[in-house]
Amino acid sequence: MSESLIFTQGQRGRFATAQAPMPTTMETDLPQEYVRQTPLGLPEVSELQVVRHFTRLSQYNFGIDTHFYPLGSCTMKYNPRGVQHMVSKPSLLNGHPLLPAEYGQGLLQCLYELQEYIKDLAGMPGVSLIPMAGSQGELAGVAMIRAYHQSRGDHQRTEMLIPDAAHGTNPASAVMCGFTVKEIPTAADGDIDLAVLKTMVGPQTAGIMLTNPSTLGVFTRQIATVAQVIHQAGGLLYYDGANLNAILGRVRPGEMGFDVMHLNLHKTFATPHGGGGPGAGPVAVSERLKPFLPIPLVAYENGQYRWVSEGDGLPTIGRLSSFMGNVGILLRAYAYIRLLGRTGLQRVAEFATLNANYLMVRLQQVGFQLAYPKRRASHEFIISLSEEKKQFGVTAMDVAKRLLDYGFHAPTTYFPLLIPECLLIEPTETESKQELDAFVDAMCAIRQEMQTDAQLLKQAPHTMPVRRLDDVRAARELDLIWCE
Amino acid sequence: MSQVVDDLKFSQTHEWVRLGNEQTIVVGITDHAQHLLGDIVFVELPEVGAQVQAGHELAVVESVKAAADVYSPVSGEVVEINDALTDTPAVINQDPYQEGWLCKIRITDTNEVDALLSAADYKKLVSEQEEA
Repeated sequence: MSESLIFTQGQRGRFATAQAPMPTTMETDLPQEYVRQTPLGLPEVSELQVVRHFTRLSQYNFGIDTHFYPLGSCTMKYNPRGVQHMVSKPSLLNGHPLLPAEYGQGLLQCLYELQEYIKDLAGMPGVSLIPMAGSQGELAGVAMIRAYHQSRGDHQRTEMLIPDAAHGTNPASAVMCGFTVKEIPTAADGDIDLAVLKTMVGPQTAGIMLTNPSTLGVFTRQIATVAQVIHQAGGLLYYDGANLNAILGRVRPGEMGFDVMHLNLHKTFATPHGGGGPGAGPVAVSERLKPFLPIPLVAYENGQYRWVSEGDGLPTIGRLSSFMGNVGILLRAYAYIRLLGRTGLQRVAEFATLNANYLMVRLQQVGFQLAYPKRRASHEFIISLSEEKKQFGVTAMDVAKRLLDYGFHAPTTYFPLLIPECLLIEPTETESKQELDAFVDAMCAIRQEMQTDAQLLKQAPHTMPVRRLDDVRAARELDLIWCE
Repeated sequence: MSQVVDDLKFSQTHEWVRLGNEQTIVVGITDHAQHLLGDIVFVELPEVGAQVQAGHELAVVESVKAAADVYSPVSGEVVEINDALTDTPAVINQDPYQEGWLCKIRITDTNEVDALLSAADYKKLVSEQEEA
């Protein structure tokens, strides 16, 4: 069953409100030549039709509230409803951003304390909550690295080093800030290729952008050496917080030697992720980058909270939004941290990694090939279906689509690009052992089907509102306009 | 095993070069590269007249799986681009070595062409990567 477009459900002249009579004449003061003569081309449907249409569409949602969603690199975990409830108080929702600080002390206190919590989790002495997305956090972080070098007259540092397994946003942020990107290869064991790194650093090195654990699902073990190499060359280390869920409260990026990082509050700290926003990507920095933090910050002095802004005379990189970023998302993170406490946050990391390692070992036992069989998983891991493709002609995409029929959202497919026919699987801490076992059972069943009925996989999904979509044609012949 | 054409030169990063008349060469991506990328849905070509450097970005090809930079195998000036690819990027998948060419470059240094891989060397590189 599939829902038809709302445009095809209406009838010319049908009016929204249930039984109210349609006005017979449309009176207007507009001069006649400005009055539109042709229909608007909007759907003409009743109120009830609108309600039913969008309710039915919402029932097609395949999300964390209804299904296991092991989308690696993305941390699609369950976000507690209680957090939403706590931050929905009218006193928080209705605060005006131009309210003088003395009348908003409660909000400022929450934000100040959140800054302190993030400093503690990052192991870094400075935090700005302002960036409104992970990508904006990256941009702020790289802009601070540039501002730092420029403040020292160190103008020849034009290169940013980025591993080939990095998120695509890393090179984008570096280029946006005027740096040239140099790609560092990955060694066979999944760690960064240290020998090559050493040949690439020099007086031209502005810094390195790293995710640790990396997108390959493994912890870069020689991170201390990497930090030493970069620091000795005069560069700074940027930590991409995409995978913070794996180390939350257990490993502090500041102690690994990083100078600046962003956190995705919309991944790790109780805001759903992947809906296109809003998000929040606060940045944390070491002592030497502190003066450059984007403003406003919240300070606590003489028993009062206050905004730190232009008047404080810091060499800040400036503002990234008119006010205080996405305050609602910041408050959710605050409530989540208060709800879990230090022990709870550590438990997040422990269960995220425990679940990933359990799932990894079980999938290996039933015959799937791991990309890095000798490595322990972090919060996610990669299997490669290259062998299955050779033997049965079945691709990672076929398996991903077939999983939908079994009631599981597909893991991330074909990313990272380094591993052919890969699935990047991240179960997160919020799934139970039963759910993980059910996923393994589904993967086993699909493995059987590969051998007995590969066509079943090639044509999957079979039970969804739509069958296999032609994504190639959709990309080549993009058509988003409805015409009668 | 992907197809490799014998009379072409190849880069480590899966571009091919065909020697034309005088100082002009034709560039495209290899059959192996188009296999890895899958169905190509978009191509961004350089502008005619653009100066390009060996090893630097020349074009972008985007498939449903990934967007990938195409690196220029040689330095020189872009003198012609394959405009037809804008409307029919799938040609790269169907015919990477002929109809699917990307652009023509007037080269500045013939040594750069000599330094590229022969078909035999490129075959070896591909089979190593397919094994790994």
